[in-house]
Amino acid sequence: MEELIEEHRRSEKRRVVAKFAGDSGDGIQLIGSQFTLATAIYGNDFAVLPEFPAEIRAPAGTTYGVSSFQIQFGGLDILTPGDVPDILVAMNPAALKINLSNLKPDTIIVINEDEFDEINFKKAGWTSIISGEEKLDDILSKYSVIKVKMNQLVVEALKDVNIAHKEKVRTRNFFALGLVCWIFGRPLEPILDFVKEKFSKNPEVKKANELALKAGYNYGETLEIQHKFTPIYIPRYQFEPGKYRYISGNEAFALGIVTLKEKLNIPVVFASYPITPASDILHYLSAWRNFGIIALQMEDEIAAVNTAIGASFAGALGITATSGPGLSLKSEGTNLAVMTELPLIIIDNQRSGPSTGMPTKTEQTDLLFAMYGRHGESPLIVLAPTSPGDCFNTIIEAARLAIKYMTPVIILSDGYLAMGSEPWKIPDIEKSISKIQVEFYKGDPKNFTPYSRDDETLARPWAKPGTKGLEHRIGGLEKSNVYGKVSYDPQNHDLMVKMRSEKIRRAQRDIEELQVYGPADAELLVLGWGSTFGSIRAAVEYAISKGWPVAHAQLRHINPFPKNLGDVLARYKRVLIPELNLGQLLLLIRGKFAVDAVGFNKVTGTPFKESDLRQAIEKELINLEKEGKISKHIKIEEGGAKTYAVS
Amino acid sequence: MQKHMQSHEIDVKYTPKDFDSGEEPRWCPGCGDYAILNAVRQAFSQMGIPKEKFVIVSGIGCSSRFPYYMNTYGFHGIHGRAPAIATGVKVANPDLSVWVVTGDGDGLAIGGNHLMHAIRRNVDIKILLFDNRIYGLTKGQYSPTSIVGQETKSSPYGVIERPMDPVILALSQRATFVAKVIDTDIKRQIDIFKEAAKHKGTAFVQIYQNCVVFNDGAFEDFAGKEVRSERLIELKHGQPMIFGKNLDKGIIVKDLKPQVVKIGENGITKDDITIYDETNYMLNLLVANLHYPEFPEPIGIIRRVREPTYEELLYDQIETAKKKRGEGNIKRLIQANSWEVSPS
Ligand code: SF4
Repeated sequence: MEELIEEHRRSEKRRVVAKFAGDSGDGIQLIGSQFTLATAIYGNDFAVLPEFPAEIRAPAGTTYGVSSFQIQFGGLDILTPGDVPDILVAMNPAALKINLSNLKPDTIIVINEDEFDEINFKKAGWTSIISGEEKLDDILSKYSVIKVKMNQLVVEALKDVNIAHKEKVRTRNFFALGLVCWIFGRPLEPILDFVKEKFSKNPEVKKANELALKAGYNYGETLEIQHKFTPIYIPRYQFEPGKYRYISGNEAFALGIVTLKEKLNIPVVFASYPITPASDILHYLSAWRNFGIIALQMEDEIAAVNTAIGASFAGALGITATSGPGLSLKSEGTNLAVMTELPLIIIDNQRSGPSTGMPTKTEQTDLLFAMYGRHGESPLIVLAPTSPGDCFNTIIEAARLAIKYMTPVIILSDGYLAMGSEPWKIPDIEKSISKIQVEFYKGDPKNFTPYSRDDETLARPWAKPGTKGLEHRIGGLEKSNVYGKVSYDPQNHDLMVKMRSEKIRRAQRDIEELQVYGPADAELLVLGWGSTFGSIRAAVEYAISKGWPVAHAQLRHINPFPKNLGDVLARYKRVLIPELNLGQLLLLIRGKFAVDAVGFNKVTGTPFKESDLRQAIEKELINLEKEGKISKHIKIEEGGAKTYAVS
Repeated sequence: MQKHMQSHEIDVKYTPKDFDSGEEPRWCPGCGDYAILNAVRQAFSQMGIPKEKFVIVSGIGCSSRFPYYMNTYGFHGIHGRAPAIATGVKVANPDLSVWVVTGDGDGLAIGGNHLMHAIRRNVDIKILLFDNRIYGLTKGQYSPTSIVGQETKSSPYGVIERPMDPVILALSQRATFVAKVIDTDIKRQIDIFKEAAKHKGTAFVQIYQNCVVFNDGAFEDFAGKEVRSERLIELKHGQPMIFGKNLDKGIIVKDLKPQVVKIGENGITKDDITIYDETNYMLNLLVANLHYPEFPEPIGIIRRVREPTYEELLYDQIETAKKKRGEGNIKRLIQANSWEVSPS
């Protein structure tokens, strides 16, 4: 392990961060995903971060209309989309302007020179350049810059294609893609296949994009001859043998739901309402009607959750997906599912709040809301996938738990997982995922009572409407234990409140133990949850490579917590909890375990940078040292206060 | 035949008692809800639908306690959401006979959106809206159907809002079955409920229901025993719109203008009276807009047409997609755009 990490550190060049940025009408997401595909086929590990404005057609050329796509790829385990780009492709001034603050001296900048004119500087609000106060060339002189007249070059390359001039210019995104593919030696075939399929109905446009892609690729050779610029070789990653694809969190949820349909002996009803960044799940499932998936678009978030609950009452598995504002609206319905003790899955792709917030930006701010955002004592299961691919496992697990414990389950994903993607080893659906066999009540109807409970799980029986003799009534009013009659009896309510809570606690028996990564003698535990896995792990790996006494654990289960969590926490002098919120898990951990935990909190609408976390870890180690809490074999080097050495 | 096309009809004999859950209703003595409960139990026992196939879904309010008193599957939901819950039930298992019991507050105020959209989708559910023009369970505030000037706890100076007409709301969503009836009229309720059960698609029934405690006698002006034959008109498809104790009055609709006439006066004969057509949307709208005192209050089936239901279209789409694109193959789907890493 240590060796691997060492190698990882020595060979920083073995991983590259590339960022495509342009106007939201420039097709940036398209070329980003195609570059990802080529990178996957080439054989690198990667992680991506797409970013786009919330507006569908933000005014062209403005900074707030910039759409971007960042990918980190390389020959080693890639955990994050990267902090600072090694190469930035800026299709217009706005795209360059907003990225200037996050570049390094050796960043390679590729610009489409044809778009760097006065009009576009104006649109980008770049007043210092318009007024002559600053010169673009001076700004760019700090970096390696490749200026390409992409508009002219594509028009030239497409001179024999029978489409309008404007259409020709539009293919410049494929030109840029071709050029970047040349720089990193990516194969064009998978992209050409994609173009062939995507534009099969429009042969001229297909031809145009093919030619633009190839023109961009060939332009690389011009670069080589004229500027001695050579392609950059990136070693391949040693993937475990198997079948791979790349997957976003939303795709993983949708594929997970289709898989559930195969594995369950009951129907799946997915009811949802369009909301960023969860709508894609609805889109995928709606397109997969031939899988027998029932996917419904409802009139609002409230209807969506209640329709899912109705479906569960009728003997199906109801699932709904949303984001923060929708979770607020679903609060009432979720409570109904808690009270009626019906299985229900709610996917919450968290986004920046409060209120409408920043719809396309990511955050981890719904944790306490998922836990407690309902009136009354309303316990339910809360899960948090740690990567896009993990969304698949999580929804399968959610279904098992929801059914076994007859309870709603909230899955806390977020904008980053929803839209980011990674290579994913495709599971063998047949072998590795076992059937989920729902057993409706089938005993003697005379003995049926809707609120009797399983001794072990405390789940109540699920009786399917349509079954003779099991007619019964449930609802939002408190019910008497066992019999399920409306009851306002104080003792009964006390019992039922505790029963519902205990039932969720028992789900702990089905939850994996928390795994800790890092040296056995670590003194600082970095505890994260959900989507921050990659950035925390990358920072902890760095810390470990420096010999610092740091370990990492990532919670996938928020409620109930894994049963060994208390023991794990007790092993460390301090627990550092980085979260993209103001300390929500921190509050739970301190409240529940009374441990010395501190938070590292950032709420910028973007994932953590690995560098932020490295610093946070350093800072906490220094604090521990100052407090004399670090064992003697670790010391801070004189003066630097930055480096730890094992003595 | 597909699953959702199955007929419910079987040879079972029930009595109203079979639908009594044994739970004692907790409505106020004299509440109109008792009569409706009685009518529903009778109607259910005569529908030829196996008891276990009934699901009654409700929201919140006096009327929404209804499921507890019926020995069927029941779901007492949350305020206003019953149509959404019922949609889920029906879609998950189209074989069930799904009924929604709601009120003027539950269905038209807090739950207006769900009601409207369930009707618009033509989900095969039966919606009984108990309209007492008042909030009962919260003890006497005005509701969306309260009339202008009505004095209630929350409108001591009189209601200043114009009332909503639930039938017009349903028709605005091109409901495929709309009826109106009065709580005391057990016989007509039974008929209408049975027709609603037979109808494929959303059946919407407004029931004028007397709240003895907070709005007693709200419908007495036209529904009272003494006056009802003169002040109500029962609509019958294909029959002239005639009313009155002696069946000597009628409604003529000419140039979009309705007019009450007396048969035998001014040379008007029975043949001049407009024939009611439950499938004629414009006529349905026009007649639904007639209200006492300007006109007799129309009751009975206002509209009935057969159109594909939501769940029929949904399951048909699934079947068609399977035929067109082949039964979904999960393995192939999940392996789309995949690549193989072979052992090195
Ligand atoms: S308050 Fe009115 S509607 Fe409610 S139960 Fe009493 S009489 Fe019936």
